[in-house]
Amino acid sequence: MSTTADALHLKSHEAHDAHHDADHKPGFFTRWFMSTNHKDIGTLYLIFAIVAGVIGGAISGIMRWELMEPGIQVLNRAWPIGAGTANFDEWAHHWNVLITAHGLIMVFFMVMPAMIGGFGNWFVPLMIGAPDMAFPRMNNISFWLLIPAFSLLLGSTLVSGGTGLGAGTGWTVYAPLSTSGSAGPAVDMAIFSLHLAGASSILGAINFITTIFNMRAPGMTLHKMPLFVWSILVTAFLLLLALPVLAGAITMLITDRNFGTTFFDAAGGGNVVLYQHLFWFFGHPEVYIMILPGFGMVSQIIATFSRKPIFGYLGMAYAMVAIGVIGFVVWAHHMFTTGMSVDEKMYFTAATMIIAVPTGVKIFSWIATMWGGSLTFETPMLWAIGFIFLFTVGGVTGVVLANGGVDNYMHDTYYVVAHFHYVLSLGAVFAIFGGFYYWFPKMSGKMYNETLGKIHFFLMFIGVNVVFFPMHFLGLDGMPRRIPDYTPAFAYWNYIATVGYMITVAGVAVFFINLFWSLAAGKKAPNNPWGEGATTLEWTLSSPPPFHQYSTLPRID
Amino acid sequence: MKLIGWAIALAAAGLTPAAAAQAPAAAPTTAPATTATPPAGTAQDAAKPDAAQPAIVPGSVGHAIPTPGVGEPDGRKGIQQQVTPIGEEALAFHNNWLLPLCAIISVFVLALLLYAMIRFRRGANPVPSRNSHNTAIEVVWTLVPVLILVAIAIPSIRLLRHQYTPPPADLTVKVTGHQWYWSYELPDYGVSFDSYMLKEAGDPTRQSNQRARTNNDGPPLLAVDNRLVIPQGKVVKFIVTADDVIHSFAMPAFWIKQDANPGQLHETWAKVDRPGVYFGQCSELCGARHGFMPIAIEVVPPAKFAEWVASKGGHAPGATPPAPDSTGISPVSQAAIPAPAQPQAPQPSSGNAVPQAGTNQPATAQN
Repeated sequence: MSTTADALHLKSHEAHDAHHDADHKPGFFTRWFMSTNHKDIGTLYLIFAIVAGVIGGAISGIMRWELMEPGIQVLNRAWPIGAGTANFDEWAHHWNVLITAHGLIMVFFMVMPAMIGGFGNWFVPLMIGAPDMAFPRMNNISFWLLIPAFSLLLGSTLVSGGTGLGAGTGWTVYAPLSTSGSAGPAVDMAIFSLHLAGASSILGAINFITTIFNMRAPGMTLHKMPLFVWSILVTAFLLLLALPVLAGAITMLITDRNFGTTFFDAAGGGNVVLYQHLFWFFGHPEVYIMILPGFGMVSQIIATFSRKPIFGYLGMAYAMVAIGVIGFVVWAHHMFTTGMSVDEKMYFTAATMIIAVPTGVKIFSWIATMWGGSLTFETPMLWAIGFIFLFTVGGVTGVVLANGGVDNYMHDTYYVVAHFHYVLSLGAVFAIFGGFYYWFPKMSGKMYNETLGKIHFFLMFIGVNVVFFPMHFLGLDGMPRRIPDYTPAFAYWNYIATVGYMITVAGVAVFFINLFWSLAAGKKAPNNPWGEGATTLEWTLSSPPPFHQYSTLPRID
Repeated sequence: MKLIGWAIALAAAGLTPAAAAQAPAAAPTTAPATTATPPAGTAQDAAKPDAAQPAIVPGSVGHAIPTPGVGEPDGRKGIQQQVTPIGEEALAFHNNWLLPLCAIISVFVLALLLYAMIRFRRGANPVPSRNSHNTAIEVVWTLVPVLILVAIAIPSIRLLRHQYTPPPADLTVKVTGHQWYWSYELPDYGVSFDSYMLKEAGDPTRQSNQRARTNNDGPPLLAVDNRLVIPQGKVVKFIVTADDVIHSFAMPAFWIKQDANPGQLHETWAKVDRPGVYFGQCSELCGARHGFMPIAIEVVPPAKFAEWVASKGGHAPGATPPAPDSTGISPVSQAAIPAPAQPQAPQPSSGNAVPQAGTNQPATAQN
């Protein structure tokens, strides 16, 4: 994985090339609204993900505020949408809109754009020694499809969704709640939003696969690619295979809703559980889509700050491939209570548990990479180590939930909420923050503030654990998901969780202070701020990299 | 019907607003606002006639006083007390095997991380090793997790087998989820009724004819007006379905949770040995009041069950309903204990889907 690319040589060569001046940037509008540059598009994706993350995080704040104490205290207030009505059904519907929006925003408009669109766009071409993505214009439309998608989702909260304004179906959009159960255009708008976001991701996936297969620098064989590129490659395949299934399922929802078809209506020969099979055939690979790029980023960070090559590189790469493949054949463990046959349950129990094996290989390989290293604990390393531990905790509760017989109890309780927030909110999000700090000097040319970065990490590490660990207790005690009010026995741990949210918000505030302070007044970043452990190609370039890089392709031996 | 749908689709192809306008009309089943009960939320509650009910005697059958902390959440950090054989088996599997394993693996990973962070910090180990391969250890950390998973899978599969091989049913209860209440039917006893959440005395949405919750009914948001009553020690089969959207029939203390799918019948079962009152909640998002359609089951000795059946206007299995002007003695009192096996209670060997015979509804297609 190490490279011999000679940064000085590249730079001097680019300076000679008068027709392709590296920093000949187009004007503002052309550069940012008609971009074909992978780095600029990556930046746009990251800005988009931050905006969406703030909105999605604010929604979770409203939810934690409501759940802080028993009773309805927040939903009945005068909100800009669904304002101050006395109708209890509208309050309760408002809750369902919040959970739906939180889920969809965090999955489709925060984690995926940040990891794949943001870091993937920025660093896949840099790491494989390519001048840009294979299809620069398609890259642009991938990003710009997200804007109408997000607008449709936000706009759906302004129109009727049946019992109130907005789509209150949950992010899973189960039929028949999403068909006959939700009159009004809100659910249609949410579905079209998913269509557009899905199309965006499919185009992006095609672009990444083509780029990685065809635009690697001379000598960069597949088995020399950095693990982050491997992770994006596997993710792109998952996207390409899973998203069309979602598109088909939600198209059937649209026709069931509007055109009288009965795909998911037993009265016309349809089957409500069919929708769930289709959805989760997409939905389970989707959770690996959200975490695999995180695996890749954590691998880069751990190797860099251990000053060692990654341990068991091939095992790490093929563990991701294995996770991707197995991830396609375990979907029905999300449906253990739908009334499956015992044979199905036994199969999906066993298949699901098998995923723990390649995941364990990754966890232990990260630790083995640290073993014998010369470790320093800059902010990205803290996030990566935090990721390993918290992902392990989320992983073992996943093994509990994999047991079809045990899941009868935990299914659709807060135990499941705790589990998937441990692997996503504490897994994927920790990886995103780690990657952001790791590559911030490269992307911006400025160093971030190390002290603020560490304060951010520790506040958020404590905060998210205080939010989500008590949810295990709530779930084991029987608290169902997706309820705006609860019996007083659940009050204690819900209060604690809301306190944890406040700590988390303080941590995120430190992040934004750090971000804006560093952009305005951060020290100039060298080409490689991380020393000998950072061996991938992007560190051979200037910080930030030239507008067009690798006019002469680097050679990897 | 399908052709009409496509005709609409074609007509609307160039005219999206028209298609949108079709949405309510083309929706094949009832819209939520018109399900089973009158439209607006408050009117729906008013339509529920409770006023004529006789005074409640706390402790009488159907109104047993719940034991705090049993059959209901109590803020503890673990799984609720289990009162069925399956629940006890699953609880033991979770508490004695899965939970310790989770803790050990998490602590093991944490210990390795902390050791590596201290032992191999730059101050203590300035020169990193270049070691990046060790086939033996890679084989070990692949195979050991496999063995651990096998050790989990064996009791897990056994638990599933036990869940799916119920003893012959003594009693069948048909459970139907609605937006937003449950209805229960005991076809062999001629009993059927609806079960709504009891609202608090101070709740402004409570109608004057609706009884307010008291502590004798159970905890807030869990207590219901009409509990399902089942006999102690008998195998009860629940046939679960829904008539609008998907709900989920869940009873944590029995370790059962079965989605109620419209157009399908699924079954689950419980044999409860401890008399008492048990609470659960709908566990699949079903619209606005998803959080407000609890489930309450009262388990009573068989003699009291007969009393409850009589109070609900039911009859003994196989008996014809008593004529209104018959003697005052209910036939239930003589033959109330459920028969050991119902002839109409088939036990599917692979799966819990039961064909819905005698209707034109498509039977479930789970097998």
